[in-house]
Amino acid sequence: MLIEFQNVSKCFPHSAGRQLLRTHITRWFGRVHREPFWALRDVSFRLEDGESLAIVGSNGAGKSTILSLAAGLTRPTRGKVIVQGRIAALLELGSGFHPDLTGAENLVLNAALLGLSRKKTNQLFDRIVEFSGIGEFIDDPLRTYSSGMVMRLAFSVAIQCEPDVLLIDEVLAVGDAQFQEKCREALAGFRRSGKAMLFVSHSAAAVREMCDRAIWIDHGSVVMQGRVDEVLDAYQGRVVL
Amino acid sequence: MWRGDYFFLIQNLVEKDFKVRYRNMSLGVLWSVLNPLIMMGVMTFIFTKIFGQGGKGFPLSVLCGLVPFNFFTLAWVTGTTSILDNTGLVKRVPVPRQVFPIASVLSNGLNLLIQIGLLLAMVVVFGNGVNIYWLWLPLIWGLEFLFVMGLALAFSAINIYVRDTRYVIESTNMVLFWLVPVFYSFSAIPVRFRGIYQINPVAALVLMMRNVLMEGHAPLASTLVRLAIVSAVMFVTGWWVFGKLKDGFYARM
Repeated sequence: MLIEFQNVSKCFPHSAGRQLLRTHITRWFGRVHREPFWALRDVSFRLEDGESLAIVGSNGAGKSTILSLAAGLTRPTRGKVIVQGRIAALLELGSGFHPDLTGAENLVLNAALLGLSRKKTNQLFDRIVEFSGIGEFIDDPLRTYSSGMVMRLAFSVAIQCEPDVLLIDEVLAVGDAQFQEKCREALAGFRRSGKAMLFVSHSAAAVREMCDRAIWIDHGSVVMQGRVDEVLDAYQGRVVL
Repeated sequence: MWRGDYFFLIQNLVEKDFKVRYRNMSLGVLWSVLNPLIMMGVMTFIFTKIFGQGGKGFPLSVLCGLVPFNFFTLAWVTGTTSILDNTGLVKRVPVPRQVFPIASVLSNGLNLLIQIGLLLAMVVVFGNGVNIYWLWLPLIWGLEFLFVMGLALAFSAINIYVRDTRYVIESTNMVLFWLVPVFYSFSAIPVRFRGIYQINPVAALVLMMRNVLMEGHAPLASTLVRLAIVSAVMFVTGWWVFGKLKDGFYARM
């Protein structure tokens, strides 16, 4: 078992928007009471070694909240999230990058953020650069990169740093066809080596190809979970209001 | 739970801050040296030529005040905004959040090292030269770092809940400029106010810098003990406040 959600609910306070002194004062005096927003309600599932699980659902269903909880970025309001092993989250690729640093500097910083030691980073450096296909541009500042190059670098760091679980949020539409093929191969190899993936994507084809099981989430609740074909057939055949 | 190499991570964050700050300046690190020198020049002119006060040691005395004061104000403000400045990382990477204010304060330390280098060089050239009491400096500065890290931890967390915090701090720093003996000496302060100055860690730091660098004697044990206590209490408090507030960051950023 690598990730387990036990009856997880997540609530976000509605007032989370503006954090100004004025907001706090009016709240104290005005006693404006707004209903909190439940992003997840009573979600339970398990992700085992070597398994790859897709989360499907429409926008705002709570898919990203599940990934944030699994990545340990925020805590559940109720229930329990248990995580074993090292997780690499590919959420908005490149969000840890700084445009003024070179590709190489960003690579090392990102590796450190993922928890790698200096020694390990030095060992992996050449492999990451090679996988990314960025070549001699690696010493140029990141702001000179195309968005495809940034994505390739971020993906390469995450996949090469040997995590136990990969969290992937809608990022496989990265780079050109050739690099996408490389990503698919890397992910397939990752699965063969017994590692696990939690996968969010709107592309049914990618989900069917990459995943064994799927969970369908709607308005924060689990509608269905099971084999990827069954869940996707039901999801795609749903009545859209 | 994030498991990894804290030292390597903080080192990388410090390097990032430092590189980003200086890469886009053509004079780079030279600004760190120029800024206090210009301030020293202006203040020396005003106080010796216009007010007709201050003696031969005045420029060095001002520099002993400016270097700690500049470090303190800059580290406090950048430490306070550090969580918000790293929104992309805080919302996407599960590293322990405490690393951001701590790295931010430390990255100001690089800037500080250059300024202290300048100060020591000035003392050697224009002042009393090297003495054995310089060995106290690392301890004094270590305590000051502890204090500022405590402040940065507490205020970076509060800043997520109340975004006006940084402006409060900027105003406080302006007031503090007059309340820290930058351009006046400790002996000019009436005795009944001295107790307050000795609890203020920035004032205590300035006082001890002058003890060591200009007067050539060890810092007073009582001042040192006070600084140690205030710094330790501030760090523990900051860590505690941060721990209480950090779970609310994600929803508020």
